[in-house]
Amino acid sequence: MDPLVTFCLRMGDTTLILGQQTAAWCGHAPVLEEDIAFANMGLDLIGQTQLWYEIAAEAEGKGRTPDDLAFFRTERQFLNAQLVERPNVDFAHALMRQYLFDAWHLPMQEALCESGHEAIRDLAQKSVKEVRYHIDRSRDLIVRLGDGSEESRAKMQGALDALWPYADDLMATDEVEETLAAQGVLPGLDRVRAAFEAETAATMSRATLEIPGNGHARIGGRTGIHTETMGYILAEMQSIPRSFPDARW
Amino acid sequence: MYAQLVETGAAETSEKDREFQAKIDRGVRIEANDWMPEGYRKTLIRQIGQHAHSEIVGQLPEGNWITRAPSLQRKAILLAKVQDEAGHGLYLYCAAETLGISRDEMTAQLLAGKAKYSSIFNYPTLTWADIGAVGWLVDGAAIMNQVPLQRCSYGPYSRAMIRICKEESFHQRQGFDIMRQLCQGTEDQKAMAQDALNRWWWPSLMMFGPSDKDSVHSEQSMKWGIKQNTNDELRQKFVDQTVPQAEWLGLTVPDPDLAWNEDKGGYDFGEPDWTEFYEVLKGNGPCNRDRLAARNKAWDDGAWYRDGLTAHAEKQQTIAAE
Repeated sequence: MDPLVTFCLRMGDTTLILGQQTAAWCGHAPVLEEDIAFANMGLDLIGQTQLWYEIAAEAEGKGRTPDDLAFFRTERQFLNAQLVERPNVDFAHALMRQYLFDAWHLPMQEALCESGHEAIRDLAQKSVKEVRYHIDRSRDLIVRLGDGSEESRAKMQGALDALWPYADDLMATDEVEETLAAQGVLPGLDRVRAAFEAETAATMSRATLEIPGNGHARIGGRTGIHTETMGYILAEMQSIPRSFPDARW
Repeated sequence: MYAQLVETGAAETSEKDREFQAKIDRGVRIEANDWMPEGYRKTLIRQIGQHAHSEIVGQLPEGNWITRAPSLQRKAILLAKVQDEAGHGLYLYCAAETLGISRDEMTAQLLAGKAKYSSIFNYPTLTWADIGAVGWLVDGAAIMNQVPLQRCSYGPYSRAMIRICKEESFHQRQGFDIMRQLCQGTEDQKAMAQDALNRWWWPSLMMFGPSDKDSVHSEQSMKWGIKQNTNDELRQKFVDQTVPQAEWLGLTVPDPDLAWNEDKGGYDFGEPDWTEFYEVLKGNGPCNRDRLAARNKAWDDGAWYRDGLTAHAEKQQTIAAE
């Protein structure tokens, strides 16, 4: 596959699956303000997905639409990072997943604001404002709940322990990113990991949470290797279009 | 969304009460710090509280389809809509708080099953077409109820309603647009749309409350300028607006008694099943238990979150004090 298409799918699939997981909290969050915030983030993420899929579909040139990409691909064809498919165990997991994603997403979008690819640059310049707001919120909650009650600290530490091994998958790169970096489509990719590490180290310290040292990094999402939750997410998300493949909605 | 069967009690007849009534009759808005009769305050707390709870519980039947919305655009629109509903809940709780009750107290009443919310949300959303029908019919009926509330005598409620109504009309249009797409689609999609109309039509008519002849709470509310139109007036208006829309969509309204009445310039229509209405109101609708269980679970599961934030704020205060 064209490296540009692969990269856009890696990005768009990641925002879509996180948006899907985030949106599931609507009406079930611990306070009304979180219902609103999670719906809002979900909305931003779905909007970003549409933009990534538009670029992917155009570069691919096979006449597929963003909806075809979302609803008519299978587990092994989805290229999202594994982190975002991790289940909504509880609200601590949802917040931690969001924060770790944001800590990668912001430097990634900032780098893409300098992209030599016009459509990607436009996308990043639009999205980066949303992403800044997301991390301001998620960072603040990690700090307050980490340095909160004993119970909230234990919940947040538990979520961090469970999810940290998946953070590497966000930053996993291969010849796709290398090719695009050489073409100037992906500038400053090397800065993303350093920014992620600085951001998470500072925040976890303020939150009195410990980054686990020994977790074996879980990677593979970028090449279509997922965790067992992925099939269920797609089964739910794709159920109507697959039941009525000729219909328009 | 809206409130139903709000008890008002009778007005007192003191000098202050008469002055208050005169103010309302002159069209002067009542504000939070103004004197008001206890009955007026309590009626508004009940009504605004119910209205807020309806927005909150209303997230559930529609939220049920967010993860399964059939296109990215539909998913985004539905998310935006449900987010709006939660936002309406927030404005309304704030409006009620100006009357001297806290959001936590109101939430406790909802979770204990003591406070009502609109019964319509005790019906299930079984197919994607239900999301269209809910937007078109339920939000359509809600708008009928809410537009007059923009002129409600209580300022904070009236101002909240002005904002809410703008968003509700977008919700109604998105619901109608889902129906339009289905009705212009495949045979399966048309059947899905008709099935949704069949199931949502009568519950939507019930949203206006019992017939005027059986509605015991309207009179005092109307005198106080909390309520502006009777249940039957609004129901008639809703039917007159909605039937031509159903015809345009090519759908059949499931009422054998429906007929245009030239003399009154509106439709004659059948009587909803009021036994069903009262059963749902009593807690025996298809989803009453599920809805309350979902809200209780969200609240109970979130206790650590709320306690954690409070603990952090207290630590910060201690640090600031030292």
